[in-house]
Amino acid sequence: MLLLQIDTAFIIEKILLITVILLGSLGIAMYLTWAERKVAAVMQDRIGPARAGIFGLLQPLADGGKLFFKEEIIPDRSTRTLFILGPALAMLTALMTSAVVPWGPDITLDNGSVISLQVADISIGILFIFGVVSLGVYGVMLGGWASNNKFSLLSSIRAASQAISYELAMGLSLVAVLMMTGSLSLREIVEQQHGFWDGYFTWNFFKQPLGFLIFLICAFAELNRAPFDLPECESELNMGYHQEYSSMKLGFYLFAEYINLFVSSAVIITLFFGGYNFPFMDKVAGAASPIVFSLICVLIFLTKIICCILFFMFIRWTLPRFRYDQLMRLGWKSLIPLALFNMVVTGAAILWIFK
Amino acid sequence: MEKLTNRSAPVNRDPMTFGEKIYLPAIAKGLSITIGHIFKKKATVSYPEEKRPFSPVFRGLHVLNRDEEGRERCTACGLCALACPAEAITMEAAERKPGEENLYREEKYAAKYEINMLRCIFCGYCEEACPKDAVYLSETIMPTNYTRDSFIYKKEDLLIPHPKMQQETK
Repeated sequence: MLLLQIDTAFIIEKILLITVILLGSLGIAMYLTWAERKVAAVMQDRIGPARAGIFGLLQPLADGGKLFFKEEIIPDRSTRTLFILGPALAMLTALMTSAVVPWGPDITLDNGSVISLQVADISIGILFIFGVVSLGVYGVMLGGWASNNKFSLLSSIRAASQAISYELAMGLSLVAVLMMTGSLSLREIVEQQHGFWDGYFTWNFFKQPLGFLIFLICAFAELNRAPFDLPECESELNMGYHQEYSSMKLGFYLFAEYINLFVSSAVIITLFFGGYNFPFMDKVAGAASPIVFSLICVLIFLTKIICCILFFMFIRWTLPRFRYDQLMRLGWKSLIPLALFNMVVTGAAILWIFK
Repeated sequence: MEKLTNRSAPVNRDPMTFGEKIYLPAIAKGLSITIGHIFKKKATVSYPEEKRPFSPVFRGLHVLNRDEEGRERCTACGLCALACPAEAITMEAAERKPGEENLYREEKYAAKYEINMLRCIFCGYCEEACPKDAVYLSETIMPTNYTRDSFIYKKEDLLIPHPKMQQETK
């Protein structure tokens, strides 16, 4: 029965961590909506939301409150269960991914106990993320199908085929990275990118620039963000899969998108930009106490994530939307061969150059 | 076909080069444009606090003028109604009684003077037609309302406040 003996302190620690991460990602997603509008505004020579609070900082709360008090409409001809399940699933999968991301290095306390800043260090972290992300498209599909609306259905078909096409290239580009790291655990991948300069650049971005580029483009497509936001393109499909949704169910869809943006930025940073690692971290680690050092690492990680998110936003407000056939051609005819090529080159380099 | 302006440029229909096909240089160029816009001057005017100045020729809501002693200038000659292309102005004339000299400047005055603001096109012809300088177009935007009746402005709505009797209200 030794297996069932679970440390209470361990459970409390994990519950605390999960709460912090959940609330944190919800809060950050909330302010991403604000940031998105501000970014859009300054790029179009406007000032954006400025009425609610200073710099419009209360705008997300106002939006949330408004959505909450809207009338909840479920169309008569819809498949009721699936209609409700859609946004719930979208939200659930968006929040699940954050479980395997290492937010900071372990904190070793004076009494020797170790606090891990990662909910679950599972050995197949990347596979878990891929699985959950592929589940995420079910939210869109169910919602679009259950709405019993032609536009929604078209949109969900688009979303599904887009997700399938780009997940392939995404996976293939990651295989090259995994061949170098030799591990699927995110914790280990981050540890391998320790510091910044170790005779060579440690971050995976410098070792796999092509892989990063492919991964980034696929991430755009997976997130349904411009220039690949075909499932919800306003001009053709009205609003896409969330056309029939109202009130907080619509809010969940929109919100899940921003949580996804946050979490996938975290994953991109973890995989390619060294996660919480930063230059001269060993010197800082020597100077500061473990807790302060961990906090610095978490802050650095968040800063990197925010830069990545800003990049996503800049792209969204710069590029026009792709046409559907262009999207498919880019995915199947360019990115997948390119990812395969990258994989072969990486394999050859590992085999003959860095033995 | 003759060109309308000399600004037109021929469309380049050459097949795309490799650099154009991979889009990335174009994306970088686009990003540099949009990021450059972050530092540009914003066009927004925060309206109720900050108002854009009207142009000097702006024609807004009508006012009926009084003279220096607060007497109504309008004599109900009907020239404004005649000049109005939208037929927005109606009026009824009345004769000044003895003892009303402090109210009306001339012997004849407008007992009723109405402008239908829904018909008015704010062309300013009434202002030009008026021989007594009685009707003017001010620099005020017509306020919105819910009922059609409220857009028919009566004489009381149009007259400017009396310089001595009434305090000017905002």
